[in-house]
Formats: sequence, C-alpha cells, structure tokens
Amino acid sequence: MRALIALPVVLPLLAAGVSLALHRRPAVQRALSVVVLGATLVASVALLVTVERSGVAAVQVGGWPAPIGITLVADLFAAIMLVISTVMVLAVLVYAIGHPRTRDHGLFFHPLYLILATGVAASFLTGDLFNLFVAFEVTLGASYVLITLGGSRDQVRSGMTYVVINLLASTLFVTAVGLVYAATGTVNMADLAGRVAELPAGVRQALGLLLLVVFGVKAAIFPLFFWLPDSYPTAPAPVTAIFAGLLTKVGVYAIIRTQTLLFPTDGSPSTLLLAIAGGTMVVGVLGAIAQNDVKRILSFHIISQIGYMVLGLGLFTVAGVAGAIFYIVHHIVVKTTLFLVGGLVEQSTGTGALSRLGGLLHRAPVVAGLFLLPALSLAGLPPFSGFVAKLALVQAGLAVEAHTIVAISLLVSLLTLFSMTKIWAGVFWGAPEEVPPLEAAAGDGRLSSPALMVAPTAALVVLSLVIAVAAAPLWDLSERAAATLVDPAPYVEAVLP
Amino acid sequence: MGKRTRPPQSLILDTCLGAVFHTVLVFSLFLLFAGHNAPGGGFIGGLVAGAAFVLHYVAGGTGQLTRVAPVAPFVLMGTGLTLAVLVGMGALVAGGQLLESGVLSLDVPVLGKVKTTSALPFDIGVYLIVVGLVLALLGSLGGEADRPAGEPDDAGAGEGGSE
Repeated sequence: MRALIALPVVLPLLAAGVSLALHRRPAVQRALSVVVLGATLVASVALLVTVERSGVAAVQVGGWPAPIGITLVADLFAAIMLVISTVMVLAVLVYAIGHPRTRDHGLFFHPLYLILATGVAASFLTGDLFNLFVAFEVTLGASYVLITLGGSRDQVRSGMTYVVINLLASTLFVTAVGLVYAATGTVNMADLAGRVAELPAGVRQALGLLLLVVFGVKAAIFPLFFWLPDSYPTAPAPVTAIFAGLLTKVGVYAIIRTQTLLFPTDGSPSTLLLAIAGGTMVVGVLGAIAQNDVKRILSFHIISQIGYMVLGLGLFTVAGVAGAIFYIVHHIVVKTTLFLVGGLVEQSTGTGALSRLGGLLHRAPVVAGLFLLPALSLAGLPPFSGFVAKLALVQAGLAVEAHTIVAISLLVSLLTLFSMTKIWAGVFWGAPEEVPPLEAAAGDGRLSSPALMVAPTAALVVLSLVIAVAAAPLWDLSERAAATLVDPAPYVEAVLP
Repeated sequence: MGKRTRPPQSLILDTCLGAVFHTVLVFSLFLLFAGHNAPGGGFIGGLVAGAAFVLHYVAGGTGQLTRVAPVAPFVLMGTGLTLAVLVGMGALVAGGQLLESGVLSLDVPVLGKVKTTSALPFDIGVYLIVVGLVLALLGSLGGEADRPAGEPDDAGAGEGGSE
C-alpha cells in the first residue's frame, strides 16, 4: 500500500532522470518511456483495485504525520482519474514515437513527457493544497516546453499566451494558498475540510471563489477559457492530444475536489456553478461552429465539454457528481482520440484547414472510421459512451428540477453534432477529384499513416466502445466515487485517523 | 564552438580566477555537507558552485566553460534527478515511507564519530541538478550572447536565405 500510492508519482520521475542522462540514445529513451509508463499503468490499476476493495488509502510522505507532513491520498475518484490518465499517457506516447515531427525532438520530448506524467499523477494523489500547487507547477513547467517543441514562429507566439496566463493563475493560486493558511492555519485538505466550515461565511466564500477562479483558468471554464483555443492547436499533434485529454481535466479535478471537500453546499445545487456550466457549454460550442480548422474546432469543443462536467458538480447530488465523473472518463478518452485523428489527417495531408481537405473517406477510409465513432460519441448519440454520460447528467438534472440547464445541455449537444458534421463534410466527404491533389498521396490516391500512429488511435476508439458496453459497472464505480465526494467523512478519516 | 575568436582576456580576472575558482567549489561542498543542520544544502551549494562556473564563463566564454566542465549539463541533471528519486524510493524498499530519512553513525579512523543521514545523497542529487541547470543556462543563453558583435548578422543572413 505504501509503495502503491507513491509509485505512479515516483516511477515516471525516476525515468525522467534516467532519460535525461541518456539523451544521446533515442532508442533507449523510447524503450524506457514505454516500459516505465506501462509499469505505472499496472501500479495505477492495482491501486484502483485496492481502493475499490478496502476504501480510501493515505500515506504520509517522509513519515511525518498529517496535517504537518505531506499526504498522498487515493480515494476512488483519484484512482479512477489516475488509471484513465495513465492509459492516455501510454497510448499517446506510442503515437508520439510514430510521429515524425515529434521524433525529431525526442531528445527533450521523453524526459519532459515523463515529468508531465509525474505532475498529473501527483495532482490526482496529493492531499495537500500546497502540494497541489507544486504538482501543477511540475506539470506546467514541462508543458511550457512541450507546447513550443519545434519552436516555429506560431508556436512561440501562442506559447507566450499560454505561459503568461498560466503564470498569472499560478501566482493567484499561491496567493490563495497563503490566504487559506492565514485563515485556517493548515493546508492539508482533510484538515481544511473541518476548519473551513468554522470560518465566517464571507471569508469562506472569498476563498472558495478565489480557488474556483484559479482552477477555472486551468480548466478553461467560462469566462476564463480564451487562452485555450489559441494555444493548443499549434503544438505537435501528440502534445495537443495529451494536453486536450488531460490538462484541463486536472483543473476540473481540482475544482471538484476543492468544491466538494472544502466548500460543500448543504445539499442544494450551486447556482453559480450551474451558470458557469451553461456559459461554458454555449460559448464553447458557438466558438467551435465558427472555426474552419480541425484542431481549432476540437479545441473549442474541449471548452464546451468542460461545461458538462461543471454541470454535474453544480447539482451537488451523488447522481450529479457521479455523472460528472463518468463524463470526465468518457471525455478524456474520446477527446484524446479525436485529436489523435486530427493529427493523422494533418500528418498524411499536411494541413488541417477544412477548405483544403476533402474526399478523405476514399483516400484514407481507416482514418475516417476512426474519426466517425468518437465524433458521434462526443455529440452524445446512442449507443456510444457520450450518450450514457449525457443521459446520466440529464437524469441527475431532472431529479433536482434544474430544467433550464438541462435544456441548454441538450441544445448544446445538437450544436456539437452540427459542428462534428462540419468536420465530416469538410474533411471526409466529397469526391477526391474536386480538391487539389496532395503530394503525399500514393499512385492510387490513397494516403497512408504510420502504423505506430494508427494503432494507439484505434486502441482508444475500442476503449471508448468498451466504456459504452461496460457502462453499468463503470456507473456503479462512479456512484461510489461520488458518494465519497459528497460525504467526505471516509476521506478525512483515512488522512487523520 | 570553442574555437571562436574572442577579444583578449583580462589578466587580472584570469589570475584571480585561478585562486578563487577552487576555493568557491570547496566552499560549495562545505555548504552541501553542512546543509543538514545548518544553513546550506544541495540547492544553495549547487548555486555557489554554479557561480564559480559563471566566473569562468565571464572570463573566457562558453569555450573556456566547456574546457573547465567537460560533462554535458543534461547528463548532470539527469544523474542528479535519478539519484534523488532513488534515495527517496530507497526508504520504501527499507520499509519506511517515501522520502523518509534514515540515520547512519560511523566510526571513521581519523574523523572520529561521523553521523550522516540518507538526506545527504538526496541533497547531492539536488546539487547536481542545480549545477547542471546553471551550465545548461550558460550554454544555451550564453552561447548566443557570446558571439562577437558584427559576426552574427552576416552569418544569420546567409543561413536564413535558404529557408
């Protein structure tokens, strides 16, 4: 148990060190990353099984007891997030190994990628507000370099937006941690759960709002989302995919964790969170409709989808939070897949602009198939995972009679479907003769992609189908995870026995 | 890289450097070892050692720096990170918590009783990371600033034309 919680954080960090020292041996770097992240996945799954069987687990790093020392906690929510994120990290790693543009920068890609994995795992497992800040910084430090990998003019320009907005958010974060410490005298989250409740209502709300803004910037919720569609699309495809799949969701995770543990409402829906959810959904999807580039459309969809997760949280019922958790799992898989497909399109044709593409259905039928399934799932059509996730949220919303937000979410689903059709019509439909010929095409007009890029994408498509098939046990798991979030007594007890 | 022609070096700086460089390095090691219970530690020790290398950079540019510190900065950083994490994990293997510190007391013939902790190799890892970082910074940022004035524009224009 002691080792199991620590391993997902420590293993990638150790590998990052070795990978950096061996930066002149790309083959060793690749093998090392695959093996270590594979081992991390095994450890994460073992952790999930343990937590599922015997409840919330906590370790005190360095042997100093909580609330003085650093605590690592794994409850069901953290364990689920850890498993799904490690699967993504591993799949995208294989994709990146097959991706020519990333391979050229392998020297720094592998150590940084492993450090990114460390930061993400640490964000999920930490039980301490200040260490959450540290984990965020570890993740961000690696992401600053990854997003500008290759150093084209466009990347540096939009990378600056990304760096500046995140530095600003981090400054706010560390200020917020300082204020929380000043008000309560602790930064251990389990300890805070009790102490924040004793604060005057005004102080409590101010701290809650400050943390919501901080994590809101990272999660790209309305109205703090503006940096995302500008900075994500310029990075190399695997980097965009892992950022899109994981980084905003780390922000959502932090929102859910802090809002349920530190600032719970007394069982009633939070109007503020529901309003944010509505705004995020609508603005995101409208932005997507206005775009004409595959990666930019998908980037706006990230924002729109974040709204659904906040919606689940805003309901503050077990069913709502469980819906949010299920939605996050579905979204991470589907979104990463779509960006990987976007990368396949770009890699084989050399562009992502809708006006310059067309007829890929004939020239690259496999890619078309790989796009269609997750795209329908994202829009929420049955029988895919998106349908199950949205149905859960709608039912949870109707249960507390939040009719307006449910209506908005359904409307946004429709618009999502519309913009997915736009990609489909622009990229895959049409006769190949009508668009200018591509240099990359073979003699018969067929486009090929490296097998190492197609295989992980296909694996993730299969995974999203598995989520739909195994919806019942997964929903059961999400409900139990949500129960611990809504009533955090077991969490607090595990940390402060 | 190292063969770039540079303006003549300062005699005073060079002479002082000969005396100061090793003293600073020894002092950085002192800080590293003192760090457990007194001011110092791997980070500060590393910075002081880094300052010694900065002096060499000021005196003779990146060329002189690579002669003085012929090890690749990234190897240094990687080794340091690996060492630090291994020490942290060592506690797990030994049956403690992650990063838990162990104490070791030894009777060394000349020095008498010496007490050390497992935090020391961890600190050595940090020291290596910081020294590596300073060297990497000097190499990547300093390498550009190092170019004699007038030269880069001509060379840059020639190379830029082919893009």
